[in-house]
Amino acid sequence: MSILIKSGRVIDPANKIDAVLDILIEEDKISKVAKNIKAQADSIIDAADKIVAPGLIDMHVHLRQPGREDKETVATATAAATRGGVTTVLAMPNTNPAMDCLENAELLKKIIAKDARINVLICGTITKGRLGKELSAILELKKSGVCAISDDGCSVDSDELMFAALKEAKQAGVLTICHSEDKKISGNGVINLGFNSTRLGLRGISNESEYKRVARDIELAKKSGASVHIAHVSCRQSVEIIGKARKNGVKLTCETSPHYFSLTEDALLGYDTNMKMNPPLRSLEDLVAIKQGLKDGTIDTIASDHAPHTENEKDIEFERAEFGVVGLETELAVSITELINSKILDWSKLFEKFTSNPARILGIERGSLSQGGPADVAIVSGGKEWQVKKDELLSKSKNSAFLGRTLKGTVDYTICNGKIVYKR
Amino acid sequence: MSWVKKDLLGLEYLTKEEIELILDTADSFKEVSTREIKKVPALRGKTAVNLFYEPSTRTRVSFEVAAKRLSADVINIATETSSVRKGETLIDTGKNIQALKADMIIMRHNCSGAANMLARALDISVINAGDGWHEHPTQALLDMFTLKEKLGRIEGLNVTIVGDIAHSRVARSNIWGLTKLGANVTACAPEMLLPVAIEKMGVKTSSNIDEALKEADAVNVLRMQFERDEGAAFPQQLDYFKRFGITRERLAKAKKDIVVMHPGPINRGIEMSSDVADGANSVILDQVTNGIAVRMAVLFLVAQAREVKA
Repeated sequence: MSILIKSGRVIDPANKIDAVLDILIEEDKISKVAKNIKAQADSIIDAADKIVAPGLIDMHVHLRQPGREDKETVATATAAATRGGVTTVLAMPNTNPAMDCLENAELLKKIIAKDARINVLICGTITKGRLGKELSAILELKKSGVCAISDDGCSVDSDELMFAALKEAKQAGVLTICHSEDKKISGNGVINLGFNSTRLGLRGISNESEYKRVARDIELAKKSGASVHIAHVSCRQSVEIIGKARKNGVKLTCETSPHYFSLTEDALLGYDTNMKMNPPLRSLEDLVAIKQGLKDGTIDTIASDHAPHTENEKDIEFERAEFGVVGLETELAVSITELINSKILDWSKLFEKFTSNPARILGIERGSLSQGGPADVAIVSGGKEWQVKKDELLSKSKNSAFLGRTLKGTVDYTICNGKIVYKR
Repeated sequence: MSWVKKDLLGLEYLTKEEIELILDTADSFKEVSTREIKKVPALRGKTAVNLFYEPSTRTRVSFEVAAKRLSADVINIATETSSVRKGETLIDTGKNIQALKADMIIMRHNCSGAANMLARALDISVINAGDGWHEHPTQALLDMFTLKEKLGRIEGLNVTIVGDIAHSRVARSNIWGLTKLGANVTACAPEMLLPVAIEKMGVKTSSNIDEALKEADAVNVLRMQFERDEGAAFPQQLDYFKRFGITRERLAKAKKDIVVMHPGPINRGIEMSSDVADGANSVILDQVTNGIAVRMAVLFLVAQAREVKA
């Protein structure tokens, strides 16, 4: 099986390439990247006026399997991913059972082998059952191929336990991903604390509940020397604290999600539960700081925090509805729409956030178009507009914050390991 | 002007003119309750459903009386005895009521935004009879109606609202309504019961009731609920009465004709002393009477709404 991609604007941040080139894929590898490749191929894709980039890597995705197949499955989530140009996801471990031991990871691996349409990496838990009481079998998890650990959805409250986890993670050589939230501060909050929480009569979640825990996690990262990644950064103080720590040499990376630089707390004024997520949509000041963090490099990567929920869990009273939104199918387009025209990022920097940076953070040999490397490719029409329609979402759940929105940038082809897995 | 909104969800969403239209309409309905036959045929053939997810006697009865004086048919659904207990969702319940060809749902719910959600899902009218901490528009409308009746105007009045502002839908609706009509509003409460950025609603804040009463033409005293699980920082009853309770001694230092309001039910000796509740400045029972006229106006206007869906 071979594919020849002709005349596309090849953007490969890892190799510092931004030029009109052809790409030849043979079997599951990229065999050549050059001008005017003359070769026979089983299929030829004309990519003139299109961007050809490495397949996206999304390091924050909830596949919901095993345990909540009513929300999403490996099959449906990875199908959704292909529509977003995503060829690698890191599966968050808050499944049922949670990914806290070898046995459970093996169970998920079997499902992935059978159903996944793209590369799925497994994130293990930090603590058993994500209960924050007792460490998971981190070394064992590493042996089964887990490349990161996280209690996502919860933070490990105990400083001692978190420190012990980081030491073990360092020894195992896995990344620790922090859901930095102090629930003693955020309590039963449902939206950002501020004028909107006051006028809507809803309990608020302060910036403080995030950035204080970010500061704690950074302190422990420094002390332990472990690699730490802060998930879903949403507020300005977090960006500031992370930026400072990195200047001081702490081994630290972080991500944000498209909704934090495209929507503010004002999206909540109609009590739309598709705007309810944790951390919550923040103020305009925070949004500006997130954009600045992307621009100056403080924020390494954009991840969807794809969190599918059924209509039964969303189409109810606001404070009873689940937190979270789906995002695999819209993350690239939202990022293009919000960041390119406003010159926050150029194309190369934008794809860096989605490809080479997450690959580096996760320590995987993907996210580039290097010759001989895996053939994960996204072919994108950068300027083409499309409307987000509920019925067209491939995810099993439809809780998108962008329903009805017109976005820029369509994914026309997604190629994963040399196979065309999506064609618009 | 004429009324176009399908629903009444809160005073934040109304213009000054719309609020005035309700108050003027209420003025013309007030007389109906003084007749020997207290009924007009305005809503004959219409069906209003009281859907109450929280216990409430006074608001439910007031709406029921209002609807009946307009000749509407009224159905009361108490959720403890309905299929809500069998796990039916709010939207399903609403759609079933709509399928019964009811014309309007009057809903009380303990979740903020519940009325907004129901209104979006239905074609029939939704009238918010109180949702969580969010809004209780008809209470604020009847408070304003009463103020206007007693003091002749709203514009320029100094109105102090005292009590648990943070958790009060009555406070929020009053603040939106009064500020839109040009009153100067002071929200008075212990610091911890003043919600974040409340000043952005156009009010002054105070934690000193004597200060807040000095220039007040009216004081609206909120019901205090001490059973909330908001942590140990919540004030104690006795301490609250000492610091914020409306007493004859406190009123003696205020304007002589200060109007004293309370949405009821009163906790005597907690937010207000008995002599004040029953005293010459109290208009608490007038509020109850005016509630009927205001709710008649709301039901009447909403029933005539030209808008199909908000």
